[in-house]
Amino acid sequence: MLRQRVHDATAGASLEKRLRRRRLREKLIESWVFLAGILTIVILLGIIALLLKEGLPAFSYTPPWEFFFGTKWYPVSEPPTFGVASFFVATLWVTVVATAISVPIGVGCAAYLAEMAPAKVRETVKPIVEILAGIPSVVMGFIGLMLLSPLVQSAFNLNTGLCGLSAGIMLSLMSLPIIISVSEDALRAVPDDFREASYALGATKWETIRHVCIPGAVSGITAAVMLGVGRAIGETMTVLMVAGGALAVPVSPTDPMMPMTAAIASGIGNAVRGGLQYQALFAIGLILFVLTLAVNLIADRVLERQKRKFAR
Amino acid sequence: MRAGGVPKRDSSQRTAFSLLIVATVIVVLPILAIVIQIIVSGADAISLEFLTEAPSQAGKAGGILPAIVGTFYLMLGTIILALPLGVMAGIYLTEYARKNWFTRAINLAIVNLAGVPSIIYGLFGLGVFVLLFHFGMSLLSASLTLACQALAMTVTTSREAILAVPREYREGSLAVGATRWQTIRHLVLPQALPGIITGAVLAMSRAAGETAPILVVGAAFLLPGLPQSPFDQFMALPYHLYTVAAHVPGMPKSTMWGVALVLMVVVLSFNILATVIRVRARQRRYSS
Repeated sequence: MLRQRVHDATAGASLEKRLRRRRLREKLIESWVFLAGILTIVILLGIIALLLKEGLPAFSYTPPWEFFFGTKWYPVSEPPTFGVASFFVATLWVTVVATAISVPIGVGCAAYLAEMAPAKVRETVKPIVEILAGIPSVVMGFIGLMLLSPLVQSAFNLNTGLCGLSAGIMLSLMSLPIIISVSEDALRAVPDDFREASYALGATKWETIRHVCIPGAVSGITAAVMLGVGRAIGETMTVLMVAGGALAVPVSPTDPMMPMTAAIASGIGNAVRGGLQYQALFAIGLILFVLTLAVNLIADRVLERQKRKFAR
Repeated sequence: MRAGGVPKRDSSQRTAFSLLIVATVIVVLPILAIVIQIIVSGADAISLEFLTEAPSQAGKAGGILPAIVGTFYLMLGTIILALPLGVMAGIYLTEYARKNWFTRAINLAIVNLAGVPSIIYGLFGLGVFVLLFHFGMSLLSASLTLACQALAMTVTTSREAILAVPREYREGSLAVGATRWQTIRHLVLPQALPGIITGAVLAMSRAAGETAPILVVGAAFLLPGLPQSPFDQFMALPYHLYTVAAHVPGMPKSTMWGVALVLMVVVLSFNILATVIRVRARQRRYSS
């Protein structure tokens, strides 16, 4: 009897010990995975902090007004001058060209895939578009260099085919996958009741797509376009290899030009660490970061709204 | 009125539909053209020598072995760093996080990290890993940089895969007395594994093709041998393609196409692998 009670007591003690150890382990694991979650915020804040720390001093050498609107980028002359207007205009040109091509084609393709395509066609086209999404940007730059720029040169009778137009065309291809997949999802999210109601009123299939499906999916399509724009602004290798790299302010898309990303990539290798050019390049990075952040945040918001629209 | 209206509506429908089909053809044709051109033009350059030897004469002769090996090291380094952290963050977000401002902040950070241009990651890697941590222009710095970039993707895919595990499984496990971690470890993670691996393989494929970040944190154009430690410099396929295509005059065209082909094979084979894993997992779920 006594022995039994002693045994129970020790068993209780060891059980309690085990439970305590188990609770400790649970706590430990929870804090580990919590730290991993925090890491994403740390990296984002780290990027912001670094861009501010290295980039902001550039504005004490070049006043912001001259930095943004100046057109003279002479990092190695004495004294050096840093004006990024031509990089900014170049980014604008390639983005405009890319968007003008990729939006109608991408949304058209998405509408075809979502509303019309037989299952077999859909199942063939989608993997092909996925291949495009997987092609590295340096390969797209290479293709632009070897295949597209000679075509553009002869078609527009230019001195060089390496220009904003060629870069924009390659970028339009690269933003197609995201535009197509997000727009298609948005079109698919429009409930079938809407389509049936439209047919019941005597509308044709096209009228239904045009006046019911596309308006219903408009915020998703807007988000798709913004994500495409974000990609085009931030893309580096393709514009570095294909846009031509000229420092003058480009007045037409057929001019050779140097978008912001290309300016950073081509300059950072020669810039002295912590020097004036280094700081100026980080300042360009800061502008680029703010731009893409704004575009992506808006796209995310719009996409959320689209999701809620037909949620039941 | 009807007699006049219907044919007009029919014909406008026909026009519109053919335009949509044309748009789809315009999407598909260039992709096929690019892939076929790379295969056809690149095939000439491929030989045993090209794949197994180091480059000579500024890359004009010899092979690209150091670039191939460097790219595989990079993929490995990236995924070793990004996958565990990504899965852990995914577990935190699905299993532990409460619905509060802090969780929203993490989700917002992930969305934004995914949209940060790759060249910015390059600047981040240069400032933090190369200079601040003194890792230098090395394989380690490049892997860490690419891992930061891949993290958003591994977190997102892990989170989606874990979320797809039905709630009832967890409730059943908790009801028989398993702790939260035991449930995650023995029930949730095995179920979510195919999704997690699919994401990891895609992240590796992406890391293999990234050029801008490694251009900034210092991939080397020509190295005589393979990197011996994480602190060594390295060659990589995408950077090699960039240099031979844009910077070396008199480079034979077949060499450039050859490098492009090898890079495409590495990247696309990982993409296809990811698709196979996804399809297999889906089939198994339906059959059971």
